[in-house]
Amino acid sequence: MPFNILVAVSLTYVAVLFGVAFVAERRAIGGRAGWLRLPLVYTLSLSIYCTAWTFYGAVGYAARSGLEFLTIYLGPTLVFVGWWWVLRKLVRIGRAQRVTSIADLISSRYGKSNFLGVVVTVIAVLAATPYIALQLQSVTLSFGVFASDTPEGWAVPDQGATALWVAAGLALFTILFGTRNLDANERHHGIVMAIAVEAVVKLIALLAVGLFVVWGVAGGVADILARIDASPIADWELKPGRWAGLTFVSAAAILTLPRMFQVMVVENADERHVATASWAFPLYLMLMSLFVVPIAVVGLSIMPEGSNPDLFVLTIPLSQGAGKLALLAFLGGFSSATSMVIVAAIALSTMVSNHIVTPLWLALRVGSARAPGDVRGLVLMSRRLSIAAVLALGYTYYHLSGGSAALASIGLISFVGVAQVLPAMMGGIYWRGATHVGAAMGLITGFAIWLYCLFLPSFGPNGLLSARLIAEGPFGIDWLRPHALFGITGLDPLLHALLWSMLLNTGAFLIGSLSSFPGPMERLQGVAFVNIFDQSSGPGSWTRSAAEAEDLLSMSQRILGAEEAQRFFQAQATAQGKAGLLPDPTPDFIARLERQLAGSVGAATSHAMIAQLSGGTTVSVQDLIAVAGEAQQIKEYSAQLEAKSEELARTARALREANEKLTELSVQKDGFLSQISHELRTPMTSIRAFSEILMESDLPEDMRAKYAGIIHDETRRLTRLLDDLLDLSVLENRKVQLNIGVANLHDILNKAIVAASNTRPERMFVVQRDASTEHMPVFTDTDRLLQVFINVISNARKYCDAERAVLRIEVKKRGGQAQIDFIDNGSGIPKKVQALIFEKFARLTDTSHAGGAGLGLAICREIMANLGGSIEYLPGQGGAAFRVRLPLKLSA
Amino acid sequence: MPQTQPLFLARRSYRRRRMMDAVRLLPFFGTVLLLLPLLWRPAETPEPDTARGVIYLFTTWVVLIIAALVLSRGLAPGLLDAEEPVSPGPETEPHNGAG
Repeated sequence: MPFNILVAVSLTYVAVLFGVAFVAERRAIGGRAGWLRLPLVYTLSLSIYCTAWTFYGAVGYAARSGLEFLTIYLGPTLVFVGWWWVLRKLVRIGRAQRVTSIADLISSRYGKSNFLGVVVTVIAVLAATPYIALQLQSVTLSFGVFASDTPEGWAVPDQGATALWVAAGLALFTILFGTRNLDANERHHGIVMAIAVEAVVKLIALLAVGLFVVWGVAGGVADILARIDASPIADWELKPGRWAGLTFVSAAAILTLPRMFQVMVVENADERHVATASWAFPLYLMLMSLFVVPIAVVGLSIMPEGSNPDLFVLTIPLSQGAGKLALLAFLGGFSSATSMVIVAAIALSTMVSNHIVTPLWLALRVGSARAPGDVRGLVLMSRRLSIAAVLALGYTYYHLSGGSAALASIGLISFVGVAQVLPAMMGGIYWRGATHVGAAMGLITGFAIWLYCLFLPSFGPNGLLSARLIAEGPFGIDWLRPHALFGITGLDPLLHALLWSMLLNTGAFLIGSLSSFPGPMERLQGVAFVNIFDQSSGPGSWTRSAAEAEDLLSMSQRILGAEEAQRFFQAQATAQGKAGLLPDPTPDFIARLERQLAGSVGAATSHAMIAQLSGGTTVSVQDLIAVAGEAQQIKEYSAQLEAKSEELARTARALREANEKLTELSVQKDGFLSQISHELRTPMTSIRAFSEILMESDLPEDMRAKYAGIIHDETRRLTRLLDDLLDLSVLENRKVQLNIGVANLHDILNKAIVAASNTRPERMFVVQRDASTEHMPVFTDTDRLLQVFINVISNARKYCDAERAVLRIEVKKRGGQAQIDFIDNGSGIPKKVQALIFEKFARLTDTSHAGGAGLGLAICREIMANLGGSIEYLPGQGGAAFRVRLPLKLSA
Repeated sequence: MPQTQPLFLARRSYRRRRMMDAVRLLPFFGTVLLLLPLLWRPAETPEPDTARGVIYLFTTWVVLIIAALVLSRGLAPGLLDAEEPVSPGPETEPHNGAG
């Protein structure tokens, strides 16, 4: 078949696909997407799992390793029939959080951390590289099959050039389709429809070849079964490690491959479609695998020795002269390769632009969301460049690896690479304790091991790693050999890399998560993801809204497009009950807007943009600490206020007490004044009366002498009273002259008791003393001290109302002070007047007549104050008790 | 919250619960069946039996597909309101744990 016709058929096929996609897109925009949203379309779009690897490579795989090729389809089958566990949750999370890619899922789960987004993006891009190279290789090989078959000698370009042309063509097609618009939901109805059509084409093509082989070449089912047991394939050895390991890695890959995530989660229109796909997709896989073994068996028996088993699907019909069937098979293979490359490139470019280009651009232009410049244009341009770059990487890998390896072995390298995302993903949706530190540690560990043990050695000896390094380890370190880490040899390289990368990845993820503490945003997102079925509203709401609706609108227009943005704002305004275009920037509205924007630029970027406009309204840990600091200050201040108010209350209480005392004193003073008037008046009256009698001339001498005596006594009493008053006044003003001398306290007490004994001498009065304690020298004004003692003892003699009055005198030495207690056994002094007894003019009873006018204790207090000591009433001693304190040595 | 959960469910919701159990168990069942060939060691049998292996694996596959078909038919309609109360009483789903 002429090369030109082949190219023409390919181009026509692409044009038809383009048409299908275009129509689907128009219908979706026009709101007539009904049949686009069928579960069948969803299931068929999942078939991009079956790439050229399946279409061509599975037969080659079966020819080389028997039934092992089935593991690649049995793993996904298990995941899909177990949809209730993981797929249902992933799809629900993807829809609730408007996840745009697998990198976005991980970034969003771990606190919208862009770092993780970058790590996952890098892993995904590098892991996709061999996979895209595989597609280029298969398309190039299939062109080559037709070329070698034509004797006309049409100029088929060399393989490298064909691959380059295919890569460029695919890049163009993907750019034309995938980046025509920037959809808020990151959904591509046109693309999905096109790959559904391609899914049908490749299934029909493979089934047609299979039917042709079973009933056209061989003689039906029984013959094929007999041929299977007779063929070299029957000698295949089932390696348990590879069987289980490959089933696992394919099950992991279908969850973590960026393109699978794209069609499975991002493009999902209805959760119920997952239920349909749970049986329909395994059915599709089963049908795709059904004829693989027969084709391989027949190919091995009829094709010449040494022909490439990867191409049996094409070469068997060609060798049997079925040119049209071969062309159909070629289109099937072409479909498989192109659909994979297109969706993978779109998914990867979304990740690259959302997690690497846009954040970089935002970081380089601080505060730029407001500045002129079209974010939409930037995002679209970065996606176009990313698509080109992804394909360029794939081509580079193809070029470097030489384009000769078996297809399946290339694909498995990719699978192990993307499987590194699995621990972070599963941990993220099932374990609230998973943190971004753990996720980053796990991802980086797994990625590094995959790179070192599988990806770099895949370029062959002396490719990117030297043969010596592969054989002996870096610097001759034996246990670091890329194919025998830690000295464990005997595993095949793929299984070896899978085992170590997954073990250490999971280990690092768990240890990192257990030993770190997640931030507030991360914890919110953790709850939102793990408990997705418990809630409907998203977390991380904007608590304050400094963002102006107008600013938000102008930014959103640049991302969503003017029409779309205005429609969204209008709908929100209507929902808030406001007319016009601008809704109030309520937290709810801003959260919705953030999710809407996240559909276009990813969660982390959208969060950052809103944060810029709202003036960083999200509560950071620093903010929380600042708030806590303020609260602490306020608390301290209020504690101070409380202390002050307590102090005020104390002062007020003291003032009230003082006031009460003053009032009482005033009453006392009035009482005293009348008393002293009386005291003065009584002697004055008798003096006046007797002096008048004396003035009479005929008074007998003895009478005169008697009256003069009375007058003399009365004047002495008056003088004593006035002396006391004078003395008190002097003492109070601290003008008293002290005669300091030394004396034994015991002697002073002796003198005082003797002197006081003439007060009510008729009373029976016992004084109890402990002489041994009393001997101590005191330096003080001994006369004044004696005066105090006399007064206290006289008071006891006067007022003690006990039948058998006893006065106990106790002396103690306390530091530099002597403490002398006078305790009698009377009824004591009532509590209410205890505070008053030392005041001037105080009198307990008006009936007292035995000395002075109640100045005694006041004078005592003043004397003691002058001597540097004190006298106070000692309550609770069973009687009246006074305590005199006195410094042993009076300081001058 | 044991007090908010009814002790017995209506027949329909009971069936639905058991279908959820079944769909959760299906992948484990499938895993066991698909790992069984590990015990055969096909290359060591005197008679080549790869054809029988093919028949076994594809039969298992079809059984899984049919089981998934039946279960998804039963579960899909109520998928979006899976967490809503099914019977008049306040009935809550024992939320799906880890897997």
